[in-house]
Amino acid sequence: MDLLTLLQLFDSSLRLSTPLLLACLAGLFSERAGIFDIGLEGKMLASAFMSAAIASYTGSVWIGLLAGIGASLVLALVHGVASITFRGNQLISGVAINFLASGLTVVIGEAWFALGGRTPQLEGASRFHELMLPLADPLRGIPLLGPIYSDVISGHTIIVYLSLAMVPLSWWVLFRTRFGLRLRAVGENPAAVDTAGVSVVGLRYAAVLICGVLCGIAGAYLATALSAGFVKEMSAGRGFIALAALIFAKWRPWHAMGACLLFGFLEAFGNRYQSLELFGADVPVQLMQALPYILVVLILAGLGGKAIPPRAGGEPYVKER
Amino acid sequence: MNDAMPKWADILLIPIINLALALFVSGVVVALIGENPFEALRILINGAVGSAYGWGYTLYYATNFIFTGLAVAVAFHARMFNIGGEGQAALGGLGVALILLFVDWPHWSLGLLAAIAASAVFGAAWAAIPAWLQARRGSHIVITTIMFNFIASALMVYLLSKVLLVPGAGGSPETARFAEAVRLPSAYDIAPWLGFSRSTPLNISFFVAMLAALGVWLLIWRTRLGYEIRAFGFSEPAALYAGISPTRIIMIAMLVSGGLCGMMAVNAVMGEAERLVIDSVQGAGFVGIAVALMGRSHPVGVLLAALLFGILYQGGAEVEFEIPGITREMIVVIQALVILFTGALDNMVRMPVERLFLSRRRQPVAPLPKDPTHPGGNPDAGKVEP
Amino acid sequence: MTQSDTSLAIELRGISKAFGPVQANKDISIQVRRGTIHGIIGENGAGKSTLMSILYGFYKADSGEIYIGGKKTDIPDSQAAIDAGIGMVFQHFKLVENFSVLENVVLGAEDGRLLKPSLSKARKLLKQLADDYEMDVDPDAIIEDLGVGQQQRVEILKALYREADILILDEPTGVLTPAEADHLFRILEGLRDEGKTIILITHKLREIMEITDSVSVMRRGEMTATVQTAETSPEQLAELMVGRKVLLRVDKTPAKPGAVVLEVENLRVVDEQKVERLRGIDLTIRAGEVLGIAGVAGNGQSELLEVLGGYANGTGTIRVNGQPIDLTGTASDARTRRARGIAHVPEDRQREGLIMDYRAWENVGFGYHHDAKFGSGIFMDNAALKADCVAKMERFDVRPPDPNLTAKNFSGGNQQKIVLAREIERNPDLLLIGQPTRGVDIGAIEFIHQQIIALRDQGKAILLVSVELDEIMALSDRIAVMFDGRIMGERLPDQTDQRELGLLMAGVTGAAA
Repeated sequence: MDLLTLLQLFDSSLRLSTPLLLACLAGLFSERAGIFDIGLEGKMLASAFMSAAIASYTGSVWIGLLAGIGASLVLALVHGVASITFRGNQLISGVAINFLASGLTVVIGEAWFALGGRTPQLEGASRFHELMLPLADPLRGIPLLGPIYSDVISGHTIIVYLSLAMVPLSWWVLFRTRFGLRLRAVGENPAAVDTAGVSVVGLRYAAVLICGVLCGIAGAYLATALSAGFVKEMSAGRGFIALAALIFAKWRPWHAMGACLLFGFLEAFGNRYQSLELFGADVPVQLMQALPYILVVLILAGLGGKAIPPRAGGEPYVKER
Repeated sequence: MNDAMPKWADILLIPIINLALALFVSGVVVALIGENPFEALRILINGAVGSAYGWGYTLYYATNFIFTGLAVAVAFHARMFNIGGEGQAALGGLGVALILLFVDWPHWSLGLLAAIAASAVFGAAWAAIPAWLQARRGSHIVITTIMFNFIASALMVYLLSKVLLVPGAGGSPETARFAEAVRLPSAYDIAPWLGFSRSTPLNISFFVAMLAALGVWLLIWRTRLGYEIRAFGFSEPAALYAGISPTRIIMIAMLVSGGLCGMMAVNAVMGEAERLVIDSVQGAGFVGIAVALMGRSHPVGVLLAALLFGILYQGGAEVEFEIPGITREMIVVIQALVILFTGALDNMVRMPVERLFLSRRRQPVAPLPKDPTHPGGNPDAGKVEP
Repeated sequence: MTQSDTSLAIELRGISKAFGPVQANKDISIQVRRGTIHGIIGENGAGKSTLMSILYGFYKADSGEIYIGGKKTDIPDSQAAIDAGIGMVFQHFKLVENFSVLENVVLGAEDGRLLKPSLSKARKLLKQLADDYEMDVDPDAIIEDLGVGQQQRVEILKALYREADILILDEPTGVLTPAEADHLFRILEGLRDEGKTIILITHKLREIMEITDSVSVMRRGEMTATVQTAETSPEQLAELMVGRKVLLRVDKTPAKPGAVVLEVENLRVVDEQKVERLRGIDLTIRAGEVLGIAGVAGNGQSELLEVLGGYANGTGTIRVNGQPIDLTGTASDARTRRARGIAHVPEDRQREGLIMDYRAWENVGFGYHHDAKFGSGIFMDNAALKADCVAKMERFDVRPPDPNLTAKNFSGGNQQKIVLAREIERNPDLLLIGQPTRGVDIGAIEFIHQQIIALRDQGKAILLVSVELDEIMALSDRIAVMFDGRIMGERLPDQTDQRELGLLMAGVTGAAA
């Protein structure tokens, strides 16, 4: 493997880890507030469809992005109503949201475009395009660092940079602001927040909606940046992988970035080496494709050590008498 | 009786209101995409139960859903959320294919017994790893079973396209046809006077599903093991106190669950396709979740809910044929709404209904939120650590 | 109708609250003078907590008025209570376990959107408060590393940080040693002398007599009396609480100990966090005697019951009737313990002793569901269970005697009777019994105590764990005191007193020797 291949691999790792990272941070906010969310997948899918559909209608990727976020927010709200207001089972709600997105995207897609569940191919201003960072070209000549800057770090869509910026921002919000303190407290012991005179319901809704916005961006990225349009089931389990990354990261923003980059690399690697020879035997392409899923299982099996989730996670809050 | 409301309200009224809500929202969706929901409903019902042809398909689908619904229900009783029915059923299909392709069975009845055993073993095996990881490592079984669906899908593509592929088969990869000797009697063979056609997919597996439902009922409500499974599902600390091993219960419940999912292949692979094809499960594993929730994890409820989803599947196919604007995925939407309303939003209906009954009867009881994953009601059910 | 009186810190007028058909508070009126300690005493379920929850904005009263400092005040939520100068220390602390003391104090009372300024301001104020009231806690300590006494101080500091004038404490001494309780009372007295008003909710008569200025008695949702503490007696208060004369003592004859039933040598238990919870326990119980384990909750009593009951692992030796039992969990569990003649009434009946969603008849077989009389082969005999349940309900006077009622719909006392009936009727050699009367009304307490003594007199060995010192003193033939996973000493009930036991419970041995 030469340097160029390696750089290309890193470049596509970054690209592929972006939706994971956004979804992972989305889950981070929700789960830190005590609301488990296995519906990340569905929210991403809904946003992917809506952003591509609206971008294709309006010709503006930005309006598409907003529409995607809107679709994701609607589902986030459903999850909030089910798990906060009606104290329902958060797992079941998440499963329902995943199926809802999976079904609705195709039903509505067929009704609108009649393209077998796809949206039309996005072109021009209806897509996000790669940005060249300043000095990317002149610096390319510097050995090693030059190509890393110009080929790996530069040349991504704005959402990639946004997702990277979200990492320190999330950390700052969670650990340096009043909102963050309260949010973490409500995921650990909602009764402490309630008796301190702060609304548990309000905080949890805020967390669920932040989760919706981030999932929305992640989904829009899938359809309008990573691809040029929506394809049926295009989230392909990324929501679940993001959840595994979140557990691997033990619900911490910087570690989440590391975990998502790892999964992104794995996917890039699988894409590049569709057929791989190991010890004289052909590794089937299906195994390469299944690698991220297998890694998820290994991580959940405790590869990353014992992960202790927020203590009130998954529990609806009922005031004690 | 001191419960907040009569039993009939709990097991009939609430699910029916939930179902009505789910259908209402589905109707709104249909209207929004510019079609007539009443026309769609008419075609759906007529297509599903308006003819022997329709009934054949409806009951064939229902047979699949009985198996997967029972599977999810058994896991629910142990407070496990088995969402890996797709993968387990796919592996069950592999078991059926292997035992029928590589062994010569003199008669379909022997083949049927062998296929039941093989499908159950393969399905259970695919559930075993997530179950063990949950029991011993605390790995979130919801995520691991989903991952095992993806892994199963990759495995089946590999096996069908590289290993079991019959030479010369065009289109998507599939195995050779099973021997004529193991062709299961169809509804036409058994009861031609009911008007089933020669090509009806409904077959003798329907009775296997009925027996499975009876077996699950006996297991859960009449055996010491079922007593332990339910006790564990309600309270793990209490189970430990009583000498019930969590590992044992999780493993048994998940193996039974996986086995039941696998047995779906007896109907779909042996009874209908008579060979193994790519994606033989077609979402039935997921439908099982909605069926178990609607059926309140009780075999009788599962039978009724499976029939309902059989109607939706068969009727949905007719709707798609008659109204091209409505695609097959509309069924997934309805399924999602059923899960949402009966599962996650159960309290939305339950709380007002309970209040209604309470205000009418004035008995000293404080209503507690109930969880649909348990017929008895358990606020913590389904809680699984990630 | 008197005009509002500004010398009153709190006045409640005609507060009523119903939960569905249950009347939790019925027309309650009460006046608490500024700068006093006012006690509220009553049995479990008398409505004390409901009343305080109304005052703290958790519930809205159906009718009635609240006056704070002479001003009519609406308290729709906890924030309104805080604004009105009310601070509450709950029985179960409302602290975020993995946050620091400082973060817990600041939570909800921050000064701005950013944390840093709030925290540094709080640090200064906290030091000031700690100095003023002798409540030293490290502001950077993590809550879960602190002892319960310290955690309680954090709760009080939280209230003071919010400038509370009225402090409500709900059963504050339940988790404290007698010495810690004394310290708490000194703090409360200091607060009173500063002009704060304190409401102390408790079911312990002794505390009322010791520290309060005035006391209100609640029974079945009603306020039965408010008296000056100096003008009343424990006997009078007890009668007001229960509505009839109660025996505060258990009648029993001296024990006639027989052969040794249980021997425990050097028992050690390490929990999941690798903390040693039992550090070498030695004890012996003979047939026909009650060994009482006294101690503040959390000093290893639960682990002792769990390992004896067969669902925690340990090292050391345990012999029952001379035969060793497996402590590794490989060859034994709670079921094999039962087969060896050990019955167990667990400390927390709702979490362990009963399946709250099972009906009564299902619960009478719980733990014994493999018994031959409850079924054959793999099947259970539900009819046999029901018949057994009817018989047990009759013998133990369970009310209502309906085997089809779900366990959660029985009162605490009747739930406990179901568990007790199940365990005692098995005719065990050894009965483990934890907190036998927690959350049980006084009528049922008498019954349960009589059952324990009757079992002893039948020649059974009984290990009694209770945090209620009075109960330990009344029932035990010998008393062992646990502290920090060790047995600090053994005493005979008629040769010791609460003070000596209290010192042992606090880990002080020298003075008591």
